[in-house]
Amino acid sequence: MNNSVAKEKIVSLRKKRSLEDMRFKYYGFTAMCLSLAVLVFLLYTIFSKGYTAFQKTIVLLEVDYNQEVLKLTPDSSDEEMEKGKFFRVKKQAIENFFPDLSKSDIKLVKKLFSINVDNEIKDYFLDNPEVINTKQQIWVTAHSDVDQLLKGNSRRDVPEDRRKLNDIQLSYVDQLVEENRVKQVFNNFFFTKADSRHPEIAGVAGSFMGSLFTLFTVFILSFPIAIGASVYLEEFAPKNRITELIEVNISNLAAVPSIVFGLLGLGVLLNVFGLPRSTPLVGGSVLALMTLPTIIIACRASLKAVPPSIKEGALAVGATKTQAVFHHVVPLALPGTLTGTIIGLAQALGETAPLIMIGMIAFIPNIPTGLTEPSAALPVQIYLWVESAERGFQEKSAAAIMVILIFLFMMNAIAVFLRNRFERKW
Amino acid sequence: MSNSKILANSVDVYYGSKQALFGISMDIKEKEVTALIGPSGCGKSTFLRCINRMNDLIEICKVSGSIKVDNEEIISDKTDVVSLRSKIGMVFQKPNPFPKSIFDNVAYGPTIHGLVDSKNDLEEIVHSSLKKAGLFDEVKDRLNEPGTSLSGGQQQRLCIARAIAVNPEIILMDEPCSALDPIATAIIEELIDELRLNYTIIIVTHSMQQAARVSQKTCFFHLGELIETGETNKIFTNPDNTKTQDYITGRFG
Repeated sequence: MNNSVAKEKIVSLRKKRSLEDMRFKYYGFTAMCLSLAVLVFLLYTIFSKGYTAFQKTIVLLEVDYNQEVLKLTPDSSDEEMEKGKFFRVKKQAIENFFPDLSKSDIKLVKKLFSINVDNEIKDYFLDNPEVINTKQQIWVTAHSDVDQLLKGNSRRDVPEDRRKLNDIQLSYVDQLVEENRVKQVFNNFFFTKADSRHPEIAGVAGSFMGSLFTLFTVFILSFPIAIGASVYLEEFAPKNRITELIEVNISNLAAVPSIVFGLLGLGVLLNVFGLPRSTPLVGGSVLALMTLPTIIIACRASLKAVPPSIKEGALAVGATKTQAVFHHVVPLALPGTLTGTIIGLAQALGETAPLIMIGMIAFIPNIPTGLTEPSAALPVQIYLWVESAERGFQEKSAAAIMVILIFLFMMNAIAVFLRNRFERKW
Repeated sequence: MSNSKILANSVDVYYGSKQALFGISMDIKEKEVTALIGPSGCGKSTFLRCINRMNDLIEICKVSGSIKVDNEEIISDKTDVVSLRSKIGMVFQKPNPFPKSIFDNVAYGPTIHGLVDSKNDLEEIVHSSLKKAGLFDEVKDRLNEPGTSLSGGQQQRLCIARAIAVNPEIILMDEPCSALDPIATAIIEELIDELRLNYTIIIVTHSMQQAARVSQKTCFFHLGELIETGETNKIFTNPDNTKTQDYITGRFG
């Protein structure tokens, strides 16, 4: 083959090769666009469904804190005030909500208000005891049906018998809107209250705390165990058949479906050891077992990434093996280890199936304050709300998804930050 | 004549089933620089790492034979490797300072061995070690900066200071200048010449000029065997063995 023939061949093939380059670039670009589009669509759906949950509807109610009705005097002690007859005050306020209400109308008006109004009337009084024997205009929470109607989530053009609010109630709501006695404000309940049967006072605080306690348990259990196991396997274990078998099985465990770990928790932790059901302690233990393999794999990778020359340097000045490992190798591997742990925790945060198995799906209307108290967790809360028939829970579940996503993004951001801040280039 | 410090007797080393060293016997005198030369893969580094039992780190490596340091056998299960290594310092091919401050790098050895009781003592040891390694004047104002921020040659001298700080009697150097530029190399070579007064030094090198410049004794390895050992002058001018002759004149290797 002489020179000019070779040149020609190269040129003709070169066209084909550059076309290949181009094509592959477009494949990659398309794939990326597609996945981005899916992500944007997902976020848009969640946000457009959920953002209304951050607002609640409140109604202006005139309350007469009459001492006769309350059965209190201005000199009553705090304890007596706690026991004031606030439900009677509320009843009176609702009866006078619109002028000249009949008995059946009062029943209908009552359904415009949240069950929580009693508490709100009481709390207002306890905060301002001087209002006794005065009439006060206070904003109280509206019933979820009113809330949903005003947010446009439920329609008024369907037949009356398929609506939550009948025609009379609709006219009441319209009247309130006209008189500016109703408005929408930031929904603090969503962030301060636990689950409830009533959508307007249901919040994620309970399940958020439950998730935090669960993650705390996961971290406390899995981090030291994972570090111990990976340091042993990486630095101390003899390389033989048994350690090889262990290594393979750690990888296998990482791929075990999470519900299997849930069954393990149910069978062993609850039934054999008798730990309390539905608690972050049990949930965290199960999730710790589930995330351990992931964290161990990440820990070992970061231990492996520490150059052996550092360990050799330490050994050469007469450090023992333990000193060389714990003074030099482990601290250098720590950022990678922490990153791996956070990724594992993020995985644990989103896990639902094992928690259902150990009973964290129970309806828990109060905020847990400890590891051994029954509680819900964020993903399970979402599952519960999505299942609920009440329209008010639909926006709540989308909003809870936002909360869990932000939680996840923050954890991943911390992982990225740690990696960038402390990772060493060799 | 000075006394013999290290006495090796028919040392065999196996990596798995492959034999890397064949019956090495050697007599290393106190306070001399001994250079180990030979083509790549001839086993000189392997032999060096036998002396402070660094080969223990390689699981498949088996060492047999006898090496006596100050008349004490070190190829034995009873040998206390940690105190052996505090007696025999080592400097590696690539500078490997700990990713800590310059001060902490040097202070690490004395601290783990409990050589110091007070902060002042520690400072004293660190300063004198850095001085002995010829690095003190360059770094005295930035002892808290990371050791890895130094230049390659400075890092290598820091590693020498780190080795000196535990007060060893022998220093092993595994191609200490192979990653350095000629100027840094010259500084290290000068340093080796000074250190010879207080320490027994064994240096593995690929550079025959370096061996000729710094050492008093030279050992030539080839394919795992010790071919010739003798006064450096003699090895480089009038070797007994033709293989040595061929190697130092650049005909192979």
